[in-house]
Amino acid sequence: MAGGTLKQNAWLGPIVQAGACLLFLFRMLAGLRPRAEQILSILQQTYLIGARSLVIIMICGFFVGMVLSLQAINALEQFGASDQVSLLVGKSLFRELGPVLTALLFAGRAGTSVTAEIGLMKATNQIEAMELMAIDPVQRIALPRFAAGLISVPLLTAMFNALAILGSVVFAIGVMGLDAGIYWSKLQTGVYFGKDFLGGVYKSIVFGGTVSLIAVYFGYSARPTGAGVGTATTNTVVLSSVLILIFDFIMTSYMT
Amino acid sequence: MESSALGQAATPEPVIRIRDLVFRRGAKTILDGISLDIHRGTIVAFMGPSGVGKTTILRLISGQLTPDSGTIEVGGEDVARMTAGELQRFRRNIGVLLQDGALFTDLTVFENIATPVREHTDLPEALVRRLVMSKLSAVGLGGIEDRMPHELSGGMARRVAFARAVVLDPSIMLYDEPLTGLDPIAVSTIRTLMRETNDALGLTSLVVTHNVAQMRQLVDYCFIISQGRIAGAGHPDELGASADPAVDQFMNGKVEGPIPFHYQPSGAAWGLLD
Repeated sequence: MAGGTLKQNAWLGPIVQAGACLLFLFRMLAGLRPRAEQILSILQQTYLIGARSLVIIMICGFFVGMVLSLQAINALEQFGASDQVSLLVGKSLFRELGPVLTALLFAGRAGTSVTAEIGLMKATNQIEAMELMAIDPVQRIALPRFAAGLISVPLLTAMFNALAILGSVVFAIGVMGLDAGIYWSKLQTGVYFGKDFLGGVYKSIVFGGTVSLIAVYFGYSARPTGAGVGTATTNTVVLSSVLILIFDFIMTSYMT
Repeated sequence: MESSALGQAATPEPVIRIRDLVFRRGAKTILDGISLDIHRGTIVAFMGPSGVGKTTILRLISGQLTPDSGTIEVGGEDVARMTAGELQRFRRNIGVLLQDGALFTDLTVFENIATPVREHTDLPEALVRRLVMSKLSAVGLGGIEDRMPHELSGGMARRVAFARAVVLDPSIMLYDEPLTGLDPIAVSTIRTLMRETNDALGLTSLVVTHNVAQMRQLVDYCFIISQGRIAGAGHPDELGASADPAVDQFMNGKVEGPIPFHYQPSGAAWGLLD
């Protein structure tokens, strides 16, 4: 059998997996319907995997903002340019750190839980029960979680950025005593809406889709055992993290 | 060997007709030329030692697996030749109770039972509620509709799964080890529900199990599967007195007999132990 031969070639394994993952994505999207039940399910999952990730994202964002300011002030004051701190923080945050760190945190917090949940549903025959009831588990289980991830990551990135700016303000103005007017005016004039802000938004959408697709696919294709679910969960974090950084480089190289 | 399960309400045409069914997993032949008929109104058990292919038969009948050769006709239609759409429509007419119930852990009891109704009908919400509540009280669990599956005992979860399986009034019920791991009271409750529902609605029920004692009081007919073939067929009481060594060994729980206790590994290293 052709599929079997392909699977036996170790170097073709990742390509076969990527193909299967894309087919899984098409299968999900083919079932997208504007039905009240499906929309409700997506909103429910957005709350469960998105809203519940908010606290960790906000805490991390706040401290990333503080540490960025600390490092920036230390470096810039050697050149007498510590008033440029908001420019450095803003650009690095909106373009890179916000989308990347939010997606990495989301993969660890929500991606793993989605993979484990779907894997356990498989191990406890819930997926099989659904198929036998003539209910498509891809539409019922995978699609709402994928869509919820796609919606959540850009929103979480916005919250991460907002809290990081707050952390930066607290440290730079509150602790280091920089001038608030200069801080805000440099941020306003130096950070561009299209190139910096929207660039980060596009990245967060791609990262959200990538992490969510990997999470639902690995959960759905997990071996229905404890070890199988554990392996799938680990794979979700590892592959999501690697792909986020690879896609970040590719997108950045096209955007700049 | 062709066998027939004729029930009290037997009809000339069998509901399920299997002919020369062969199913392989890799090089191993799981089912090797099985032929049988199952008629409406009967409760039929597939029995045999673990790993003999009993659940495989249910999966072939429900269209989850495709046979290597042979036919499985349900209501005159060959399951293996159905398109995806036909298979979906066919499965709406089947109720399935899997081992451990397989309730959806992210939904309440009410939502579990309502899921197939909402998916396959356009009934108004008030009617969905009445239907779900009537099925819940039929299994003796009225009042637990807001509980989550993890808040239920094993017996309660199995009864909720039973209510979910019959909520769309299927004509065929498939049970995979429905009584495993339950206390004696729960076993009697589920068994009574299975019998009463089958007789009241004129269903055809297929049960996969290896528990001989529990099936004696429930099923009308029984197929013993051994080494990929039907080793015996008949009422469990008749099979208990069978002269066939494999049937006699399984029905009476004997250690010695043609069904081996030890796994038979292949390879020269294990042969040295002989």
